[in-house]
Amino acid sequence: MGERHIDIALRVNGEDVRERVEARKTLVDFLRDDLGLTGSHIGCEQGVCGACTVLVDDEVVRGCLVLAVQCDGAAVETIEGVSDSGAIADLQDAFQRRNALQCGFCTPGMLIGAQALLAQVASSKGGVPSREEIREHLSGNYCRCTGYQAIVDAIESVAQTRAGTKG
Amino acid sequence: MKIADDQPSGLTALDRPNSYIGRSVPRPNLARLTQGRGQYVTDVVLPRMAHVAFVRSPHAHARIKSIATADAKKSPGVIAVVTGAELAKVITPWVGVLTHLKGIKSAPQHAIAVERACWQGEAVCAVVAKSRAEAEDACTLVGIDYEVLAAVTDAETALDAKTPVIHPALGDNLTFERVLNAGDPDKGFAEADAVVETTFLFGRHTGVTNEPRAIVADWNPGEQRLTVYQGTQAPHMTQNLFAKHLDLEEHQVRVITKDVGGSFGIKVHIYADEMATAALSRLLKRPVKFVADRFESFNTDIHARDHRVKAKIGVKRDGTITAFAIDDLTGIGPFSVYPRTSGIEANQVVNLVGGPYTCPNYKARARVVFQNKNVMCQYRAVGHPIATAVTEGLVELAAAKIGMDPVEIRRRNLFADDAYPATGASGIKFEGLSHHASLDKILKMMDYQSLRAEQTRLRGEGIHRGIGFASFIEVTNPSAAFYGVGGARISSQDGATLRLDATGAVICQSGVTEQGQGTESVLAQVVATSFGVPIERVRVITGDTDNTPYGGGTWASRAAGIGGEAAWQAGKALRGNVLAAAASILQADPKGLDIRSGIVVDADSGRERMGLDEVARVVYFRPDSLPPGFQAEFMVTRHYVPRAWPFAFTNGVQASYLDIDIRTGEVTLLKHWCVEDCGTVINPQLVDEQIRGGIVQGIGGVLYEHCLYDDTGQLLNATMMDYLVPMAGEMPDIDIGHVVTPTKDSELGAKGAGEAGTAGAPACVMNAVNDALRPLGAKPITQMPITPERLLAALRGP
Repeated sequence: MGERHIDIALRVNGEDVRERVEARKTLVDFLRDDLGLTGSHIGCEQGVCGACTVLVDDEVVRGCLVLAVQCDGAAVETIEGVSDSGAIADLQDAFQRRNALQCGFCTPGMLIGAQALLAQVASSKGGVPSREEIREHLSGNYCRCTGYQAIVDAIESVAQTRAGTKG
Repeated sequence: MKIADDQPSGLTALDRPNSYIGRSVPRPNLARLTQGRGQYVTDVVLPRMAHVAFVRSPHAHARIKSIATADAKKSPGVIAVVTGAELAKVITPWVGVLTHLKGIKSAPQHAIAVERACWQGEAVCAVVAKSRAEAEDACTLVGIDYEVLAAVTDAETALDAKTPVIHPALGDNLTFERVLNAGDPDKGFAEADAVVETTFLFGRHTGVTNEPRAIVADWNPGEQRLTVYQGTQAPHMTQNLFAKHLDLEEHQVRVITKDVGGSFGIKVHIYADEMATAALSRLLKRPVKFVADRFESFNTDIHARDHRVKAKIGVKRDGTITAFAIDDLTGIGPFSVYPRTSGIEANQVVNLVGGPYTCPNYKARARVVFQNKNVMCQYRAVGHPIATAVTEGLVELAAAKIGMDPVEIRRRNLFADDAYPATGASGIKFEGLSHHASLDKILKMMDYQSLRAEQTRLRGEGIHRGIGFASFIEVTNPSAAFYGVGGARISSQDGATLRLDATGAVICQSGVTEQGQGTESVLAQVVATSFGVPIERVRVITGDTDNTPYGGGTWASRAAGIGGEAAWQAGKALRGNVLAAAASILQADPKGLDIRSGIVVDADSGRERMGLDEVARVVYFRPDSLPPGFQAEFMVTRHYVPRAWPFAFTNGVQASYLDIDIRTGEVTLLKHWCVEDCGTVINPQLVDEQIRGGIVQGIGGVLYEHCLYDDTGQLLNATMMDYLVPMAGEMPDIDIGHVVTPTKDSELGAKGAGEAGTAGAPACVMNAVNDALRPLGAKPITQMPITPERLLAALRGP
């Protein structure tokens, strides 16, 4: 019945973690159940809704599509980590002021996805992504509450500020 | 720059200095949600907590011949395996009927099916284990022998003599029927110059809350109390029903609702698996957690909108509408959902069709039938999307038939803005609406004439664009007329308790709940304004039956209008009490004092007299210094329920501009507008975001969302991979405007705003598609969702 357990060692939000986990356990279950990092949420468990979005070695991944054992040796960053480090403080502030979240369940995943887009734009062409680009990038993150416009507004506003195109 | 900084509004119509009414102040609870520090039920972990998974019927209709649990009980981590018959010893079944829906009937529903499963996905056996994974492992070892029974799936034939009756004791498959004849519909149709008759089909869809339904039930035999952590919109309602069916007193049940990951009406009903979880906790004397997985959500969260409406409109050459007629048929699954019933949506359709228009001639029949599919019940904007699509679809088809602009036909038939109070054809009562002002405003916002010119020009280039409208009305601020009069113990009144703490800050405990719509922010704004403190000095507590006044919670767009008014009145009362104490300390006349920005001042001059912290210090720690006989009361409670009107109707109009690709059948939404009148706007940003989110939810229904069943009652697309929801890439930007007609039923004057977007969006997108199709000679599309396949079929013709 899949009772095989495996020892893993990884870094989570800058801290060393050593745990014995069930081989079948997903990364998001491991983060939530074993480490108490409940900011990553579970919406669909098949990689469609994006509520479990985290960073693994700086790549955006769906925590429900990766097994915890696959993250042995990796560096995982969750909403708790990027919040405590202040890395996305401007995005969080813009989301609050623009009311770009209602129930907030999708928000951790949205913020991590948004941060990845802004980093990607900054390191490639620079400037500010268009609203269409923002919408396209967020197309793997489901939000039932907002209708997305406020989220696009908030991300666009931060992109403008970061690019220095807004006073 | 799209983020507008909030500006103080100064003195408002509500006549308080430093008012927060009408300001877009950010919600105080957002910071923790952006940091992943929310406390959703899915996050709750308690000592000794066990997890339940359910074995669910794979058949739409089957007799349960036997359940073999021995193997499952031996599976690692398993604590208990419990069948429906075993659980029925600790929890009683329920029947979802209300007396004011005359003739409605349903059968007893058990927490876990006993003897018979009536839809694919109904729980048949529970497995409780140390982890959810272990519980699911053991579920596969439960051996159930089913005798498959004939499934009733097609609502059209559910009442036929040869169709099996799902609940033989009820005699037939008819849940509820309502017939209405208003004015003289036959005469109206006889007088018409043109009659349009068509059938509207609406696809069954569901709420797809991002956080699935979740509950942790904790029966403590030592305290003889059940504590339930539940993602619900109505904690006092579920408290009452847990008590009733578990043979407890209400005070023995505490329902705690912290953060809820989306509700939209999905989480306002009684679900068998949640009741079963509470019963299992009682049985096992330890906390039990149930979190629906997405497959369970699609199979057991209430569905809605599965309606077939045959509809007819009569119109004169001058555009006057002479009559409406509808025949609505809706299949609601095997049970009427408890306690709100599954008759309400059809009842609403009857109430609301033709609602914006003066035409008095209206004939309606609605039939609600049982079938072996998942249950249907109230979901955001209950009945409104159906009624609005039928009404507005008919109005635009009639306009096309007589060659009249769709705006012009509305102008000639909408209730005049000075016609109120008025009564709609179905008997619904309007205190004050603003259809024409709203229409004027939206035409200006969208620059209608230019848009029509652009549409015509582009048509010459082979680009096919459509413009569609939907005028609508929305039921908000319900009185007891909605549920209470029918015997449901669902509170229509709500309360707010305010307490001045020892530092001069205010604690507000409210019976309405926060699901992300911003209730707590609205309550803080109202209290800060009516009492007179900076908003940072107000802490709002909701979602705990031990610690809030008795109330209804959040549904039918009631939180701001009803909960807000209770908080407004409580703020005034606490201000009076605090000023009485301050006057006593200052040896002044309380009438000459006011509280502004947390300071007691002379009302006339604004001169500062003393801080609230000082008033509180004296009252709490040096009451000996107050005059003999004076007792300060720094905790007050006020309740409110609308009395003058059964509902506060709101109104509005939406418009859609879209593009259809005649090669692929794809619809691209270019722009969407909404003008809405919800009375006093307490927080413009929150209202606008309710409307935007609601519109996108409505767009889901008209373009994408559909629970697809085969004819044996199997749900074919119960995953988010297969069930399409609106995602960011396909959604348009939405412009919102307001007309303000406050209700005089309350001082605050606020009506509800939570469902207006969803009410109107399907109708206006459908009308825009048909506007684009019309010059191509295609048959109008009246079936939702409007898939590319259906659009191409319409273009191909019969």
